[in-house]
Amino acid sequence: MAERTAVLGVGQTKYQTTRGDVSLPGLVREAAYRALEDAEVGWDDIDAVVVGKAPDFFEGVMQPELFLAEALGAVGKPLLRVHTAGSVGGSTAVVAASLVQAGIHRRVLTLGFEKQSESNATWALSLPQPFSVSINAGAGGYFSPIIRQYMARSNAPELIGCMVAFKDRQHALRNPYAHLQQQDLTFDQVVESPMLWEPIRFSETCPSSDGACALVLGDEAAGDASTKPVAWIHGAALRSEANNFPGRDEVNPQASRDCADDVFAQAGITDRRAEIDEVEIYVPFSWYEPMWLESLGFCEIGDGWKLVEEGATHLDGGDLPVNCSGGVLSSNPIGASGMIRFAEAALQVRGMAGDHQVDGARKAFGHAYGGGAQYYAMWIVGADKPTS
Amino acid sequence: MSADPSIPPAALSGEVRLPEKLAEVEPVRSVRTPIRLEYDFIPGSASSGYLNAFADRKILGQRSPVDGAVFVPPRGVDPRHGAATPDYVELPDTGHVGGFCVTRLPIPGRDDLEIPYVSAWIHLDGADIGFLGLVGGIDTSEVRMGMRVRAVWKPDDQLGRTAENILHWEPTGEPDIPVTAAGTNAWHAKQAAESGEQD
Repeated sequence: MAERTAVLGVGQTKYQTTRGDVSLPGLVREAAYRALEDAEVGWDDIDAVVVGKAPDFFEGVMQPELFLAEALGAVGKPLLRVHTAGSVGGSTAVVAASLVQAGIHRRVLTLGFEKQSESNATWALSLPQPFSVSINAGAGGYFSPIIRQYMARSNAPELIGCMVAFKDRQHALRNPYAHLQQQDLTFDQVVESPMLWEPIRFSETCPSSDGACALVLGDEAAGDASTKPVAWIHGAALRSEANNFPGRDEVNPQASRDCADDVFAQAGITDRRAEIDEVEIYVPFSWYEPMWLESLGFCEIGDGWKLVEEGATHLDGGDLPVNCSGGVLSSNPIGASGMIRFAEAALQVRGMAGDHQVDGARKAFGHAYGGGAQYYAMWIVGADKPTS
Repeated sequence: MSADPSIPPAALSGEVRLPEKLAEVEPVRSVRTPIRLEYDFIPGSASSGYLNAFADRKILGQRSPVDGAVFVPPRGVDPRHGAATPDYVELPDTGHVGGFCVTRLPIPGRDDLEIPYVSAWIHLDGADIGFLGLVGGIDTSEVRMGMRVRAVWKPDDQLGRTAENILHWEPTGEPDIPVTAAGTNAWHAKQAAESGEQD
């Protein structure tokens, strides 16, 4: 049996457009210190460090994990880097957890980061390729056709995406770490914002953020010894698939469904909507909330938009609150964004999510996807120790 | 974790003191250092065949030895099975629009593109995956999934070993194919039709 593993500490930086006061090492060290403080441990208690970030050419620093080793207290310790594009923050946490679950390390520090102010992600994702025409405009250009397919398939009302965006921006007002703090935003302003990648409006896209997120993971003894509530890992899974092959279901990829089936089976969950109290899913473009709700089995295929329309995913009154932190739509330091989902799920079951806490949350779901919707990372955390 | 992000971690809360000689110096907020890297692209065998054929106004795909699926552009491998795809197939320059995006923002290196423009997954007749193409000759609001299109090529004296030889894809005026058989649905529709013929 795998070693039971817990999230002992969470550290985040305030997400914002530019953290001009810190260098990359300063940024990651701030998140790491916060996680160590929360876990009530010091650098000497950490046995290994696992780092993730989006592709190196974003900031133009190749193999930044080596350059950041000192800032992360990793000198003389095992240091591992994970690469899975936008899902990397989630995959990094899963890899870090596996080192504890396998009984290799007692405590692992894991961290994801991005400094978008020192990079240009849309440019980096629009690199000319010799065998293709150069017309794709970043991630929005790639995901827009897939969203269009979902809209056609589901017959969803046109403004569902705007409802998701408005909801997540309202949630963000209750999370002081969230980047976008749009106190005066109205639903009409979301609807009236300009189309960038039709059918995606400006207000339905994520911001560009600087930030880092860190977790301290520990084994069962470390979790038992904690004076604060910890989040126990009930399941963790990764899957991937190629991004273009005959008959690929781009709206609901097989890798997503397989990853979800695996993680829910590990956690012994049969009724996903009833048994999960809070969901943090990777939604960089608003329509991905209903799309992932369907793919992840929180509802029937074709019903995801109905949950949005009914308000089921709202922190106030919803039975399945989604992205109470404000989500990727409110903060997007790309390499950290997946880990933030995992961290926020942990904060919820620890009862430490502050003003965006779901009352009495016992089990929460963290999710990240990346590349051409082809890499998946998911975990389920609980307030109680898993029985198996 | 602290509920207040403005409170720094205790370990970082100490004051930073500059040496006295730097006290009057204007702080450096950022330094911009543009860099560029130029390199020669040496295509592998599949890409070489594909790009060379473009100079002759031909579009080449490769056929999967497992189930006959045709890939364009060819990459030398069927990603579903890990099987090598040595056999080339010449494809017509007609097909249909699968998924598409009406883009309303400029992209680096393509100042020539008028905004808005439509980037689309073009599914060639006889191919089983789509590849990217620009849709032209039609108002952007009229573009549809399943719309039949043909290639508009550069003049012969401007052809090179590049996919940019195709300026854009324009409507043929033929009836649309149903959305349920368009784009990434095409493969399943074809499989269903073939199994129907066998019954």
